[in-house]
Amino acid sequence: MLRRRAARWVVAACALVACSGAEAKEQRITLRFWALGAEGENVQQLVREFEAQHPNVDVRVQQIPWTAAHEKLLTAFVGNVTPDLAQLGNTWVPELQAVDAILPLDQFVAQSSIVKASRVFPGIWETNVLNDTIYAIPWYVDTRVLFYRKDILAAAGYDSMPQSWAGWHDAMQAIQKKAGKRQWAIFLPTNEWMQPVVLGLQNQSPLLKDGGRYGAFEEPAFRGAYEFYIKLFRDGLAPVAGNNDIANPYQEFARGTFAMWITGPWNIGEFERRLPPEMQGSWATAPLPGPTGAPSGVSNAGGSSLVVFKGSPHPKEAWELIEFLSRADIQRRFYHLTGDLPAQIDAWQDSSLAGDRYAAAFYTQLQRVRPTPKVPEWEFLTSKIIDFSELSIRGGLSTDRALAQLDATVDRILEKRRWILARAAHAPHDSAAVVKLR
Amino acid sequence: MTGARAQIAAKTPEWRAGRAGWLFIAPAITLIGIFFFLPVGASLLLSITDFDLYAVANPSNVRFVGTRNYTELLNNPTFWLALKNTFYFALVGGPLTVATSLGAALLLNAKVVRFKTFFRTIYFLPFVTTLVAVAIVWRYLYHPQYGFLNYALGAIGIHPIDWLGDPRWAMPAIILLAVWKNFGYNMLIFIAGLQSVPEDLYEAASLDGAGAVRQFWHVTLPNLAPTFFFVGVVTMIGYFQLFAEPYVMTTGGPLGATTSLVLFMYEEGFRWWRLGVAASIAFLLFLIILVWTAIQLRLERRLAA
Amino acid sequence: MRRLRFGTVVLYALLIIGALLAIFPIVWMISASFMPTGMANTFPPRLWPDHPTFQHYRDVFTRLNMGRYLVNSGIISIVVTVLSLIVNSMAGYAFAKLRFRGRDGVFRAMSAGLVIPVQVAMLPLFLLMKSLHLINTYWGVIIPSMASIFGIFLIRQYAISIPDDLLDAARIDGASEARIYRSIVLPTITPILATLAIWTFLTTWNDFMWPLIVLSDERRYTLPVALASLVGEHVQDTELMMAGSVLTVLPVVIVFLVLQRYYIQGVMAGSVKG
Repeated sequence: MLRRRAARWVVAACALVACSGAEAKEQRITLRFWALGAEGENVQQLVREFEAQHPNVDVRVQQIPWTAAHEKLLTAFVGNVTPDLAQLGNTWVPELQAVDAILPLDQFVAQSSIVKASRVFPGIWETNVLNDTIYAIPWYVDTRVLFYRKDILAAAGYDSMPQSWAGWHDAMQAIQKKAGKRQWAIFLPTNEWMQPVVLGLQNQSPLLKDGGRYGAFEEPAFRGAYEFYIKLFRDGLAPVAGNNDIANPYQEFARGTFAMWITGPWNIGEFERRLPPEMQGSWATAPLPGPTGAPSGVSNAGGSSLVVFKGSPHPKEAWELIEFLSRADIQRRFYHLTGDLPAQIDAWQDSSLAGDRYAAAFYTQLQRVRPTPKVPEWEFLTSKIIDFSELSIRGGLSTDRALAQLDATVDRILEKRRWILARAAHAPHDSAAVVKLR
Repeated sequence: MTGARAQIAAKTPEWRAGRAGWLFIAPAITLIGIFFFLPVGASLLLSITDFDLYAVANPSNVRFVGTRNYTELLNNPTFWLALKNTFYFALVGGPLTVATSLGAALLLNAKVVRFKTFFRTIYFLPFVTTLVAVAIVWRYLYHPQYGFLNYALGAIGIHPIDWLGDPRWAMPAIILLAVWKNFGYNMLIFIAGLQSVPEDLYEAASLDGAGAVRQFWHVTLPNLAPTFFFVGVVTMIGYFQLFAEPYVMTTGGPLGATTSLVLFMYEEGFRWWRLGVAASIAFLLFLIILVWTAIQLRLERRLAA
Repeated sequence: MRRLRFGTVVLYALLIIGALLAIFPIVWMISASFMPTGMANTFPPRLWPDHPTFQHYRDVFTRLNMGRYLVNSGIISIVVTVLSLIVNSMAGYAFAKLRFRGRDGVFRAMSAGLVIPVQVAMLPLFLLMKSLHLINTYWGVIIPSMASIFGIFLIRQYAISIPDDLLDAARIDGASEARIYRSIVLPTITPILATLAIWTFLTTWNDFMWPLIVLSDERRYTLPVALASLVGEHVQDTELMMAGSVLTVLPVVIVFLVLQRYYIQGVMAGSVKG
């Protein structure tokens, strides 16, 4: 009885050894890839092709909703269960780099014939470089431009979008004069940080000063932008509404509830899909106007990048997937699947992109983008920017007090960063004990 | 004692029972000790440091900051908002739930009612369901245009309310969901309490000429007092820990109207990884529950006397 | 013909209205899960589908992969129920019937934990789990739930009523404590064990916050966590989400309906003793 039992264990053990031996010969690798939102669904098709070209690699794509992405990435880092590679918003790269979660990719880039700095929009590539090291590869780009109703603008006496703040403001006032009740010139969701921040960048504000140690929101550059922004609400040119207050913005845009909307490339496809056919000839995109005319009309250098996590057992294969996704033809296919604009400039030669009159504004804008401060706390700081700007818009908080309080809040939040930087300065040789920061 | 006598004395049934006692409770208290009390203590420690993401990356990036987290919290308007919202929810939702439970229990306990088990099952069903699942259902029921609630209200002439989008109505919406979901449990407890009131008291009262309402006031309620107090305390403690409903239905909005203390703690802790701050929120929540329960118990003792 | 008193009519009316209100959301959830896509988002709102379809249930298992989450929830709930029953009943019995030094002190100290909200422990618990490499594992979810102060309380309450002479007689006969526990105690406390088992299964199945924190790989998600994640992406697909909700709620409702007698008895018995 005992012998039979023992015999069974021996057989099982042999089977196990034989199986693992067989596996060792095949060496199948599973790459865990976290992709966000709609991109997560759409990338699965492209990934199959990568697997076909790399027969020993299985790619497991996990789709994560944008609303939970930031916390899931950090939770995975803290819990030590990060995937091999992930998509993330490029403004999150500094945070992951500060906690040493992601691999520097310089070596890979140097040896790559596909991924090169010169092939990507410069402002975009910049956002992924920290301490002169590249930590993430841009996958697709995102910037904000004006989507507007050509017909309403024409009725107000303008045949093209003005390029300066002054002209833009006049155009909005002209539109407002002709607008009915409950109609506005422009929709600026009050619970978004992009608008005031982009205006600040346009007005040459660094947003943070002293190497990201203190807030610069009280300084004249940001103050000027902030006042311009708040005045749009006070003058009745923009409705006091957040992005969840308007149930269907596409419907409202078609109805003329607002004539302008600062938003991103995904809405090209959405507008084409959701606006009624008779409206399709009535809208257009234009690069953002700037304080002093066209060149100053910068926008944010946004988009998603791909990173490789330090804990990954397969960095080489993860890099190969990144290279694959950076190929111009794959970027073009991805654009067709998602409407996301390619980070690789070559991919823009695609006929549908090159000829797309709506994408043209984005192409122009992408030549003039500026990154937001590359500090780990940035995501948290943006929630404070939203809080105070909403207080100004909805609660009537004066610009002076709002910006003073914002700076005070920001300074308090950055206190830890200052402490860590100071420590690093005093103990430069003790770099192992201190986290790498700019 | 000498060797032999010691051996005999040692192996008495009492001794064996005693030793078995420790062995029997060992798994439980080890688990509770390591996975509950130890973390609770660590939380207190965390709350006096500035432990954050930097510290997770490198443990030397942590400092003791004394009570700074607490003072900063007390100066943080979001904290006061979360506190206000939590109290709003508990102080309105709690009594509403208890009243509904009592009402349902009275209905079910009425002698003339048949099919008691059937109705009791139906009333208890919401309690059994998964909160996340029904929160999603209620999210659709609360839809301003397509939801059934506004449709029903429209039938009696009330304009559609943006339940989850209007800061004034979001918390009432969540309270309604909580009452619906939880009244079944307390209802059972009240039924047990009602059934334990001696029949003769009612007979004596009706002999004295008391009608149904007077009987309720003077016989039912006083005898139900201990049950009431128990149900009240337990419900309030549970309601102070509001989390899943705002997380799933409103993510704390609109304009922070449904941000509860636990949701605030979750955001600070698991979204921004400001663990020192989150731990201090957790401890303040604990203090609040402790103080409130003490107040409630004292009030009830005074009422009972 | 029996005269129906006005009071009785009123009572029944109230009962029926109450029942309708209590059950309406659940009924609508089930009904909407069978509606063709888009029908649940119409005005005026529909109560019944005119062309019921199983499409969303098919989608839920194929596109949304819910079969896997169902398995995760099942495994975790069953393991927690079985293990915690063993751990809690042993401790509850010991606190009730076994005399050992420090027993009451330990019990009081442990009961004090009932006042502490569980969220206080969550942050360090997460860090503890990380150091034990239990993040994103079933055990990471199971272990913290294996012992419950409330469960021990419940068992102890019930076990106190076991006659001491019964136990002493067995001891004098030479039975070991383990034997006594198995043959005398367990059969006697079976009713409360049934109640606790059902309670534990329900609470574990429905548990949300801790699995949300601990599980990061969606292949390990339990149903509530998966649902919350899916609603982020698919909020416009009402009917699909309803199918997911039905799937999540169905097992616990079935368990409750089948075993409600034991469960409700236990709740009511426990409460009367105060």
